[in-house]
Amino acid sequence: MTNTVIKVENLSKYYRLGLIGRGTLREDVNRWADKLRGRNQPLAELGGKLTGREQGEIWALKDVNFDVKKGEILGIIGRNGAGKSTLLKLLSKITAPTEGVIKIKGRIGSLLEVGTGFHEELTGLENVYLNGAILGMSRDEVSTKLDQIVDFAEMKQFINTPVKRYSSGMRVRLAFSVAAHLEPEILIIDEVLAVGDIEFQNKCIGKMESVASQGRTVLFVSHNMNTVQNLCTRGIIIDRGTIVFDGSIEEATSQYMSNGGETLELSKQKFKGVMNKTIGFQHIRLNGKELCYGAQTKPSEAVSIELLGDCKKTIKDAEIFIAIHSDGFRLATIFDQEKTEALNSGAFRSTFVIPETLLKPGRYSIQIGAQSTRLKEWMISDFIGSFEVAPLWSDEIQERKVGPLNIINRGGGRTQ
Amino acid sequence: MPKKDNTDAHHWDQVIEPHGNALSPRFAEMWRYRDLIYLFVRRDFVAHYKQTILGPAWHIIQPLLTTLIFTVIFGKIAKISTDGVPPFIFYLCGTVIWTYFANVITETSTTFKNNAQVFGKVYFPRLVVPIATSASKLISFAIQFLFFVCFLSYYWATGSQVSPNAWVLATPLFLLLMAMLALGAGLLITAMTTRYQDLNVLVGFGVQLGMYASPVIYPISSLPEKWQFWANMNPVAPIIEGFRYAYLGVGQFDPFQLLQSIVVITLVLIAGIVVFSRVERTFSDTI
Repeated sequence: MTNTVIKVENLSKYYRLGLIGRGTLREDVNRWADKLRGRNQPLAELGGKLTGREQGEIWALKDVNFDVKKGEILGIIGRNGAGKSTLLKLLSKITAPTEGVIKIKGRIGSLLEVGTGFHEELTGLENVYLNGAILGMSRDEVSTKLDQIVDFAEMKQFINTPVKRYSSGMRVRLAFSVAAHLEPEILIIDEVLAVGDIEFQNKCIGKMESVASQGRTVLFVSHNMNTVQNLCTRGIIIDRGTIVFDGSIEEATSQYMSNGGETLELSKQKFKGVMNKTIGFQHIRLNGKELCYGAQTKPSEAVSIELLGDCKKTIKDAEIFIAIHSDGFRLATIFDQEKTEALNSGAFRSTFVIPETLLKPGRYSIQIGAQSTRLKEWMISDFIGSFEVAPLWSDEIQERKVGPLNIINRGGGRTQ
Repeated sequence: MPKKDNTDAHHWDQVIEPHGNALSPRFAEMWRYRDLIYLFVRRDFVAHYKQTILGPAWHIIQPLLTTLIFTVIFGKIAKISTDGVPPFIFYLCGTVIWTYFANVITETSTTFKNNAQVFGKVYFPRLVVPIATSASKLISFAIQFLFFVCFLSYYWATGSQVSPNAWVLATPLFLLLMAMLALGAGLLITAMTTRYQDLNVLVGFGVQLGMYASPVIYPISSLPEKWQFWANMNPVAPIIEGFRYAYLGVGQFDPFQLLQSIVVITLVLIAGIVVFSRVERTFSDTI
């Protein structure tokens, strides 16, 4: 017996760019009149202007096929604009597909957005009922879960206050709480839903995990590879509207992390300083692959950054460097050579290695540059890119060690 | 041993296709969302009056002032016939039922525009919104209607020429027909305004013109003979005439014409639902 609960067949969604469907009656009448005239003089259309239909079109999804089995927790990953949101919108019936069929077994609930339909004048309690009903719950269902909803949102004392007097944090807490207590057979979750302060965000993720672990079918969209890896049993990667990978979650995340996004075009970067007339950079590679948006590394692996460039004339004491920033703060400057030597004219390759377990999970921005002490010349780029150390915790890399650097206290200890 | 794969023989609860069936499964779904309809009605009512000082009194002030103005202009100055009924109660009667129609059509014709944000984020049968609107306007109608009944009893007690009759029992039918027509027309308009925004401007104006084209401030009988036929083609006319006949006992009320307008109204409503359903499928792409 097959347990397929969602079957997506040849799903495609087409969007027109530019003039999207909105127009005035006059434009349509004109177009219609043109068509009539065109019929009398077929040649008139040849030189005609482009109509809205031809200006720009895009297949947000093209021929997507996949099945989801009962109890499966499917992670959907892909960079921004890859078609994830479109897929979710189609699955949750917000818009209809252009081609293809989606077959669904069981009640489907989607948490794509929280707090839609909140009304300012109504009290928190009234809005809980209204929002619950918008998400597809009956009044009885809301009533039985009311205490849980209010407790989860930590809103007991404000529940009879009109929503217009709530802070934005209170609003999202209440809204998420309503959504989180929806109990459909198939749940579609967008991870950006984890809202509020850090503490509440963790609570949200925890709630999502517990929903997922109750044996329900879950479709989970996220940018956070760690959450996806912990939560999901299977992963698909969407890129430019098609599924490029479908398989185990480990393979999916590692493939996504290694070539997730667009590569940087280093030659278009602007540099400050006069040395940019002499030295040019062509490539920057992270762990052997071109640095791209959304690049990730594992904290347990060394980060190797490679710079490829060329030099127009020999400089006696040139040094190439990179600067690593964390939260706008320069964490370190790394030179390609510890002892300065001459840089000969021609191509060069500089490698920088940040040891494993040194950087804590987080995002690090990179600046690149070169300098010569003797000539008093230098060049430095803007932030050309960044990489993320994935939030994977281990004995060595612990969350409690606040701050960007992970220093393992090997030499030290405690004496009493 | 697992059975042969019979995926296609599966029973699917939902099949999402590019062009779904516009009518059949919707009603079961609407029933599932009946709580939402109720909560929307409640929201409209509560939200509307929470911050107004006079609260529901506005419902009475509006038709009262309108009726007074009509009484002065059309009754005293223009001296249009009211079939022998005191002008005030004649105008009030027409205004009360017309106001309901006008409110529903004005509000439902902006369904897509006013709910664009919610529609783009969450799925629920879109038809819930205009249906809830039609229902929530019934509340203000009920208040105005009570007000009308009070005046009617006063006129009746003081021996004016008003004679309520058994057709009073058909009031729910008159209201239902008004709701169906306003809803059907509103659905058609809101579906078209997603493409042609110009139409939005026309709605308010059109409703105003519609009032003069319908026998709200004049009885059909006051029209020249050859116009009466055309005036009765207007599906609203037999309803207003019928409503007035029921409570005041005057007017040219012909049950056959009412039947005619029932047919027209049903067609308008079906057309409205079909067009609305077509637009709602891709509406969120165009906002």
